[in-house]
Amino acid sequence: MLNMSTQTNSPVNQSLAEALSRSKQEPAWLTAFRTEAVEAAQTLEWPKPEKMNIARWNLDLFGQYKASDKVAEIAALPEAIRELVAESSANLLVQHNSGVVLTQLSEELRSKGVIFTDLETAVREHEELVKPHLFNTINKNENKLTALHAALWSGGVFVYVPKNVEVELPLQALLYSDDAEATFAPHILIVADNHSRVTYVDHVITNFGEGAAASIHQSIVEVVVKPGAQVQFATIHQLGETVSDLTLRRAVIENDGRIEWIVGDLQDGNILSDTLSLLKGNGSTSDAKVISIGSGSQKMSLTTQAVHFGKSSDSNMVTRAVMKEQGTAIINGITKIEKGATKANGVQTEKVLMLSPQARGDANPILLIDEDDVTAGHAASVGQVNPEQIYYLMSRGISRQEAERLIIHGFLTPVVSEIPIEAVRGRLHKLLERKLGS
Amino acid sequence: MSTQFLINNLKATIEGKEILKGINLEIKGGEIHAIMGPNGTGKSTLASALMGHPKYEVTDGEVFINGEDLLEMEVDERARAGLFLAMQYPSEIAGVTNSDFLRSAINARREEGNEISLIKFIRQMESKMKELDMNPEFAHRYLNEGFSGGEKKRNEILQMLLLDPKLVILDEIDSGLDIDALKIVAAGVNSMRSEDRGFLIITHYQRLLNYITPDFVHVMMQGRIVKSGGPELAERLENEGYDWVKEELGITDETVGQA
Repeated sequence: MLNMSTQTNSPVNQSLAEALSRSKQEPAWLTAFRTEAVEAAQTLEWPKPEKMNIARWNLDLFGQYKASDKVAEIAALPEAIRELVAESSANLLVQHNSGVVLTQLSEELRSKGVIFTDLETAVREHEELVKPHLFNTINKNENKLTALHAALWSGGVFVYVPKNVEVELPLQALLYSDDAEATFAPHILIVADNHSRVTYVDHVITNFGEGAAASIHQSIVEVVVKPGAQVQFATIHQLGETVSDLTLRRAVIENDGRIEWIVGDLQDGNILSDTLSLLKGNGSTSDAKVISIGSGSQKMSLTTQAVHFGKSSDSNMVTRAVMKEQGTAIINGITKIEKGATKANGVQTEKVLMLSPQARGDANPILLIDEDDVTAGHAASVGQVNPEQIYYLMSRGISRQEAERLIIHGFLTPVVSEIPIEAVRGRLHKLLERKLGS
Repeated sequence: MSTQFLINNLKATIEGKEILKGINLEIKGGEIHAIMGPNGTGKSTLASALMGHPKYEVTDGEVFINGEDLLEMEVDERARAGLFLAMQYPSEIAGVTNSDFLRSAINARREEGNEISLIKFIRQMESKMKELDMNPEFAHRYLNEGFSGGEKKRNEILQMLLLDPKLVILDEIDSGLDIDALKIVAAGVNSMRSEDRGFLIITHYQRLLNYITPDFVHVMMQGRIVKSGGPELAERLENEGYDWVKEELGITDETVGQA
């Protein structure tokens, strides 16, 4: 186990000290919270996902807080970021390195009481909404990662949708870093009040150029789905090969609420991606779709989890990964049904398509069921491109290369087609082409 | 140019077992040949070996399509040279829509930069689907995924209509088709009959040949063509079965390569 934080003058300690001093502008409860987290981080251990030793990933390289200048308009954003902006860009948030530089929200949504702003601002201006929910779906003392994130997070996103309000257009966030020495640790908190509905889409991206130092992106997403509410959360991670991405996503779903996760893990570096739905309410439902492409010598730990407490709760999880070169993916699906969650149904599928004999793909479906009156299912497979399919496509005149391309894209389609913003979907297609091309 | 398709002493094995023991056949543009025979006599192996299925190894013989050496070509090159095989068991490919697949197949025959326009493609596809009485929804379904047996067969014929091949092999296209579907498929094939296109129809029922009249009928047993004739041969086989052929030729077990 790495335990750098007990050493003095380690990057961790410096960063923590800075974070704390900065947090003096924050409400006292949050400063105290961060101080506790620093304390806890000293003794907690890094998370230990199945068959993946993330402690080797230079986890303490999360940089220093670097404020970025606010940006007046979309036109002032760098080209690479600007082209990700949805056509209807009325509802947009942009984080640059450690801080949010642009937020905009349509007058219509504002007048309905929708809040879409950076979490630092939300803490000051909407304390009554933030305080009860921040670090409520996840315990800051769960492990060293959660504690460090609790101490260090900056910028971030806060979404609040009032009762019965349906937000038609997606809210979009672009979280980008162009400085490997800057802390890149947004915390995202979404609260969907009773019977509301919202779609949130983000794109997490680094653009470091040649020769960047190793760095960390760490993020925690919390989604609170109140009774009858529906939240669709879509995210694409496009981080450079020098970046280790540690992202934990948690949703609590109350009675008859629904969460849909759509995750594109398309980083070039190491990945810890863990997406958990806590189905607290009766009739609550969750759906998680994850795609990933592993290449180079990437190490990826991709986990989806559903924990059923509510009666008649329903979960579905799909992960699809394509593995190239020497990439390693450990894919875990965990369906847990607690005692009393009668009539619950949990289904999961993990599929890995191996394109290289040096790549490694491991699919681990895990069902933990403490209630008799339930249904659950799982399917997992690790395989190569089916030669019969290649033959069939080639028999129509399609070249081997194009046949493989069609089959691989087809393999990923169930997730790609679900991305709710055209611009992001288009971007995802380009990204897939790039990662799949040799 | 009128098609010339020539098979000369073709031998093929699967997993070391010889299934084709020297097939000789010539098909000219405008001709329809039918290969009939009981199960297990090598009919489908002939189709697969001609297309270049990776499981079959050609051990001897030659095949020429319009003077070009077919056996030297990769599967996709054979298709682009004009060969089309309507398969008995088409693959299902999740995530690839029928229309994306069809468009890729059409564009594979065209120069880069000269791809078919989307509008033109859709117009062509829709009109051919209508001819085959296919629900337009099938354009957006994933390729053969969840299609019934009959739907898959129609989809094979749809591809044949759109790809304009020179030499068409239909492998058991009639199996799993009800009589109405059979008539539609036969009409599709008949609409493609022309002087510059040859057909090889593999079937073990004569029923399909009521709707597509062959010029030549061949009987396959033990991995060889053992008898050839005109359409009247198919009728006799339908009425009397294969026993008389076996008797005439002194064959007791007509199958090949069975354990």
